[in-house]
Amino acid sequence: MTFYDIIFYLFAIITVVSAFIVVTTRNVIYSGFSLLFTFFGVAGIYVLLGADFLAIVQIMVYVGGILILILFGVMLTNKITDVDIRTGTVHLLPAAIGVGILFGALTSVMVWTDWKTSPAEIPVTTTYSIGRELLTNYVLIFELLGLLLLVVLIGAASIARRDKE
Amino acid sequence: MIQVGLTHFLVISSILFSLGIYGIITRKNAVMVLMGIELILNSANINFVAFSKFGNLGINGQIVALFVIILAAAEAAIALAIVLNIYKTFTNVNVDEIDHLKD
Repeated sequence: MTFYDIIFYLFAIITVVSAFIVVTTRNVIYSGFSLLFTFFGVAGIYVLLGADFLAIVQIMVYVGGILILILFGVMLTNKITDVDIRTGTVHLLPAAIGVGILFGALTSVMVWTDWKTSPAEIPVTTTYSIGRELLTNYVLIFELLGLLLLVVLIGAASIARRDKE
Repeated sequence: MIQVGLTHFLVISSILFSLGIYGIITRKNAVMVLMGIELILNSANINFVAFSKFGNLGINGQIVALFVIILAAAEAAIALAIVLNIYKTFTNVNVDEIDHLKD
């Protein structure tokens, strides 16, 4: 059991336990804050997979952007005066059974398939090659995503705007 | 315990995917449904990066994961704008009570 394995299990436990808290706790605020730990755990897993740039992007976009957005969504759609903001749940048992079957099927496929693995040498720092690929092979998708973000910016502002009257 | 390999990462991702589906199905609050979607997108990203590392695919998997993160940000912004509008109209965001299209 190497040092790498210990770090992996640490991040895996953080990710899975906090994701479990996200979907099981009844308080929406608790869910939002456990989602923070899930994102950090996933960022750690990216680092273990040699994707350092992606880990930083994960922390900046997810933790710094999406999570804040979600917490604003929680605050704006509930009465803040309630101390505990609770959420109801529907069909727990059928969902648990169905998701259990789905999880068993997925995991058995993942475990029993004989994946052809060939450990490649990922560059020590991936930022250079990601930037190079983005502006050569993926330049069309890159520009389209820029356009999409502009459309989203305008669209979100115009959808969420309060009417004048 | 055995050496950490591709399978470990795939199992983590399938756990996250199942938990995300469970959250989407069981929660009433629309914001909680969004959190489930974020979990699913994260699990897909772990798969992309893991296959990119262990399948000798170079940097391409990481770039696709980057695009998924960008799309997740766009989706969260639009979805929360819609949720705010739903709250203005119905004064709650429970997805099982918004069924006016049925009448």
